[in-house]
Amino acid sequence: MAAEKKHAAYICSGCGLGERLDIAALEAAAKKEGKMQVVKTHAFLCSAEGVAMIRNDIDNDGVTHVAICACSRRAKTEAFNFPTTAISRGNLREGVIWVRPDTDEARETTQEMAEDYVRMACAEVKAMTQPSGNPNTGMNKTLLVVGGGMSGMTSALEAAKAGYKVVLVEKTGALGGWAAKLYKRVPTREPFKAPQDNGVADLVAQIEADANIKVYLNSTLAKTAGAPGRFKVDIAMESGPTVTEDIGAIVQATGFSLYDANKLPHLGYGKSPHVVDQAGLEELARAANGGVMKRADGKEVKSVVFVQCAGQRDATGEHLSYCSGYCCNTSVKQAMYFKDANPDVDCVVLYTDLRTPGNGEDFYRSAQNKGVIFSKGVVSEVVPGGNACTVKFHDLILDDKAAQIEADLVVLATGVVPNSGVNIDAVPAAPAEATEGAAPVVEEKPISILNLDYRQGPDIPQFKFGFTDSHFICFPYETRRTAIYTAGPVRRPMDIAQAQEDATGAAMKAIQAMENAGLGKAAHPRAGDLSFPTARLEGCTQCKRCTVECPFGAIDEDEKRFPLFNESRCRRCGTCMGACPVRVISFENYSVNTVGAQIKAVNIPDEFSEKPRILILACENDAYPALDMAAMNRNEYSAFVRAIPVRCLGSVNTIWITDALNSGYDGVMLMGCKHGEEYQCHFVKGSELGRYRLSKVGDTLKNMNLEAERVFDLEVAITDIDTLPRKINDYAAKIQEIGMSPFKGF
Amino acid sequence: MSNANEQMAARYKNNFLKEIEEQAEMGEWVKMCMQCGVCSGSCPTNFHPGWDHPPQEIFMMIRAGKREEVLTSNSMWMCTSCYNCYVRCPRKLPITHIMHGIAEYAYRLGVAPKFQPTLHLSQTFWNNCTKTGRVNEVKLTQSLYFKDGFMAGIKKGLEMKDVALGLVKAKRLNIMEALGGGHKCKDIKGIQAMLAKAKELEAKRKAAKAAA
Ligand code: SF4
Ligand code: SF4
Ligand code: SF4
Repeated sequence: MAAEKKHAAYICSGCGLGERLDIAALEAAAKKEGKMQVVKTHAFLCSAEGVAMIRNDIDNDGVTHVAICACSRRAKTEAFNFPTTAISRGNLREGVIWVRPDTDEARETTQEMAEDYVRMACAEVKAMTQPSGNPNTGMNKTLLVVGGGMSGMTSALEAAKAGYKVVLVEKTGALGGWAAKLYKRVPTREPFKAPQDNGVADLVAQIEADANIKVYLNSTLAKTAGAPGRFKVDIAMESGPTVTEDIGAIVQATGFSLYDANKLPHLGYGKSPHVVDQAGLEELARAANGGVMKRADGKEVKSVVFVQCAGQRDATGEHLSYCSGYCCNTSVKQAMYFKDANPDVDCVVLYTDLRTPGNGEDFYRSAQNKGVIFSKGVVSEVVPGGNACTVKFHDLILDDKAAQIEADLVVLATGVVPNSGVNIDAVPAAPAEATEGAAPVVEEKPISILNLDYRQGPDIPQFKFGFTDSHFICFPYETRRTAIYTAGPVRRPMDIAQAQEDATGAAMKAIQAMENAGLGKAAHPRAGDLSFPTARLEGCTQCKRCTVECPFGAIDEDEKRFPLFNESRCRRCGTCMGACPVRVISFENYSVNTVGAQIKAVNIPDEFSEKPRILILACENDAYPALDMAAMNRNEYSAFVRAIPVRCLGSVNTIWITDALNSGYDGVMLMGCKHGEEYQCHFVKGSELGRYRLSKVGDTLKNMNLEAERVFDLEVAITDIDTLPRKINDYAAKIQEIGMSPFKGF
Repeated sequence: MSNANEQMAARYKNNFLKEIEEQAEMGEWVKMCMQCGVCSGSCPTNFHPGWDHPPQEIFMMIRAGKREEVLTSNSMWMCTSCYNCYVRCPRKLPITHIMHGIAEYAYRLGVAPKFQPTLHLSQTFWNNCTKTGRVNEVKLTQSLYFKDGFMAGIKKGLEMKDVALGLVKAKRLNIMEALGGGHKCKDIKGIQAMLAKAKELEAKRKAAKAAA
């Protein structure tokens, strides 16, 4: 890094800024309070000429730090791209003139707003250093795929096709997973009318023929250590030695198990060999191999009833509450096994809603055409008789509660349970409950799949119902472990076609993560970011907040129990920085100082001015873009707010809030994403952790004798373009009602 | 006639769906219904208390093998042929035609509800228009009004008096049609021969299906 620092501010007078604002006063602010050595105005700063002016100052005039006072930091990023220079952006367009009315009364407060943003941009850039990149890069570019089913095989092939080496580990003795057990699969091609070959043999042949793919059968992972680009994975083979492979990224495609039909005795399972689950039916179909379908006792099946949602979508809480996503189509397919062999077999599918995603609708119609009967009904009981079973159900269309059908064979469509390994967040069950409960639940302890050598636990964190967590709303493949992606039904219920698509996506994301790790850059969502957190260990009290809070398990402990950052596992959210009570964690371009300096740079008018100041700390992923878009729609809001983007609500250190209140701000608005089960936070847990931390701010307010409303936590989605300005204005009105802060002028 | 009914019942045993598919016109469509209920929600007669089963239910009853209940139901006869369901069915079932097909099948088997007004109207209309090749409105109205007795006919006639006068004024109704045979088409014989032939062909087709 250049030893000499030279700070420059560039003010744009284009886009109407020149007409609306007093540019000379902005220049003065940059020079005087901003203490910029160079201050220049350009009428069209993002033009080739304007950019060349800045370029020239950097190249020939020794400028190292640039404050661009023009449009939002989210606009014109290609023009203002100076990779070796620290850059801050004063948001005069989206942040000021587009959200303020062009009237004489508004002119003064609008100008004040603009001058503050200029001062803030100058203060920020002075506190920044241009990041040089993570030095602890891992250059390995081999993809590890865990699980050799349809998803795993697809990930392996797709990565290999893209030119990457793949290590494929499969627990059993053969590739193929569930799909290999299917006689045929639901069609994937026009005209979607008949079951088609399961496709396993073809994929296996492709894998065997691919020199880039190394397969370990009968193998599991004994240990996964390291970080993206430099994982060391111990592969334990059933018979033979444990080998260690160097790995860049991982796709976990460990699939699902069928829900145990033995838990459904009321549906006759276990009581009669003529009640089978879908896997049992596939076995019969493979035995029949296209001929007439026979039951376990060898009798030809003349009538069959399919019971949908067996132990699934259960509202009582006893069985699975969710839908498997594929078994309606599977029952349609299995009914065809019968009809195609003998059209005279009576096939009845009892369902509550027939869910046939994709082109399953055509497949469903085809089954109807073949004479499969679909009846809307809820099955209450399957009574196995000597030779036939009686299926009792409530016919929902005819509202006949005592409806029943006799069938030679009954097939239960049971649901799926993900093979997601150990639930690292599971709270150990309280022993008191076990003594009370009539039927103590025997929890089988799942076996870890990845055996991660991470402080945070051996597997990927789980989400609802034990599926691995993935950012399901926005970034479905992203887990909370960098460069480890989950794909297929381990992530959410899905069918083969969806799983293969999923596996392809995960493989591509894994490749991207390996490549970024090799360059010392962050993966999603700050892909390409070169900054990384460092801790000033002299000041660290070993409180472990950062290690515990990091949503991505990036921080281990060293021998001396200090936090040990694994930069390539880090997503650069800043949660550790927000968590650290002694504020020793920082990024070169984002720190307690870069934000703190901006907070201090705002001019606070005195108590009698009637001009309150409200600090907005806005999540840069959702809230800040929402503010920008509100501005594009010219949705006006109060001139008393000063918005500072933060990487995540999780990165907000409470010191910013106390400092702001102490220096006379009248209110603080925190804008972060939804948290909880339906979280939208890009950093999954960031907004939740941030909110939890900030909920404690009440004590501070009390100590300062300030009203609780002076800090306001607002949940914002990127779509809140119209409501957000309204909420800002409501809050500004509320602050005016409460009155000005007594802390001004100290 | 009820012989035909028993024969068919015996022949298809408990597979009423198959019976409808093979014997009733458009019956082969019934299996394609996906029970969404759009037809029932669209049907104007569904608002009438006298209507037993909307189309969705009729189709489900067929699949559930409720032969007696379906064939003797008045539901198919209540259909006004408005075609609301027909145009809305997401599965493109020709519902209106299926309803008529089932109605006609029930009639053929002799199990259609007796004294069902729509059935009566259909028959009266048919007889009226095939006689001369044209509809004689006055006579058609008369036979409908007086079907429940003389007094009821007079009462109904008085109720509708203003409508009738309006029609007369507009030259849409000729009271003189009540006398004599009314107006006729040019070639009654031709028409009747044509209809006879059509009937013969249809009867042959249906008999062949029934005998198959
Ligand atoms: S909390 Fe965020 S910034 Fe800190 S180490 Fe973890 S991922 Fe990186
Ligand atoms: S609208 Fe069509 S598919 Fe829906 S219930 Fe009626 S007939 Fe069946
Ligand atoms: S055509 Fe018949 S069944 Fe269909 S909506 Fe109209 S009246 Fe109802």
